[in-house]
Amino acid sequence: MYKELILILMGGVLVNNYVLQQFLGICPFLGVSKKIDQASGMGIAVTFVMLFATAATWPIYTYLLVPLNIAYLQTIVFILVIATLVQFVEIILKRFIPSLFKALGVYLPLITTNCAVLGVTLNNITDGYNFIEAMISSLGVGLGFLLAMVLFAGVRSKMSANAPTKAFQGLPVTLIAASIVAMSFYGFSGIVENLLA
Amino acid sequence: MSEKKKLSILIRGIIQENPVLILVLGTCPTLATSTSVISALSMGFAATFVLVCSNAVISALRNIIPDTVRIPCYIVIIASFVTAMQMLLQAYLPEIYDMLGVYLALIVVNCIILGRAEMFARKNPVGDSILDGLGMGIGFLVALLIMAIIREVLGAGSFAGIAIPFLENYKIPILTQAPGGYLVFGIVIAAMNKLTAKRGGVKRKSFSCEGCAMAEGCSKESCSVADRKESADV
Repeated sequence: MYKELILILMGGVLVNNYVLQQFLGICPFLGVSKKIDQASGMGIAVTFVMLFATAATWPIYTYLLVPLNIAYLQTIVFILVIATLVQFVEIILKRFIPSLFKALGVYLPLITTNCAVLGVTLNNITDGYNFIEAMISSLGVGLGFLLAMVLFAGVRSKMSANAPTKAFQGLPVTLIAASIVAMSFYGFSGIVENLLA
Repeated sequence: MSEKKKLSILIRGIIQENPVLILVLGTCPTLATSTSVISALSMGFAATFVLVCSNAVISALRNIIPDTVRIPCYIVIIASFVTAMQMLLQAYLPEIYDMLGVYLALIVVNCIILGRAEMFARKNPVGDSILDGLGMGIGFLVALLIMAIIREVLGAGSFAGIAIPFLENYKIPILTQAPGGYLVFGIVIAAMNKLTAKRGGVKRKSFSCEGCAMAEGCSKESCSVADRKESADV
């Protein structure tokens, strides 16, 4: 039992890293990774929203959509739930934890259209996880996103000191750096399966 | 409106304002589904279908939808078309439905579609919006196809699933995987920069508002704060 949960968690963080292996959530990955503090802020905000989103969408799917035979509406329902939830989290944070809102508030509206959040809620259903597994998987994916953001922000801060040729300046060189970071994650692919064997 | 102007709306999306190569929107599906020519074509057509339909409906309802809740309204309209398309594909082309997997549902959050609703469809009549959707959709398709051809021919030694005699033995498999996606995308954009450099270069917006597609029409305070913070950093 614990073994499986650890496997799901580590799988989300390292092996099936959403940004680096599955191409979900690229916009914030490229857009907000200039500085490490911004990158970690975005990563933490996304992890929070993923956990909340899974906590909301999994029960809705299992106890509402499936019994009513309207599971085909999941895309519409999930995106609406996520959009509402993001607004809700924003309001609550603003009211009760203003310091956290100050740190994360900027990133919250952008998360609504972050495909990683919708992706993780949909994948949790497709993979047939139960509630605990789904939550652990979301945590893993969120932490994986955070890890990728922070690592990449570090790479980019080193990169800014060097000027590439004109055509490669800006986005192209950033993408090529991302390619190398993604390649480095291949090193983990065998580790998790053998971790607890 | 003159014929010429209509044509320019259509063409603009394909070249000058190519959503992927110039506006840098919809990067996730571009990287994820450009592993083979077939999946790139399916993704391109699926997104074009949703884009044309949602642009038409959003433009038709542009005087009815209240400004304050427009984004949720757009999302519902887009999600409805995505669901309809998912069901059609599942019924008639199940192989393609399986191949695109979660990325099909994720057309909902494809920045191109929401971006066009926000930047074009809500300010223009239905006919123009359909043309804009079609142009942008074709632009997306073309960009996907360029990436897919490079990645499949060099990475898998085949074209649309058919093996190419010589390249088959000298393929570079990593190009069809995640790092190769980033690499090819970077090189294609660099080539685009080089090609357009003579004509004054591409006026590419930096990741304004932290890479958000809706930055142009966005009035959210936090969004403009992020924007200011970003420009202050630079």
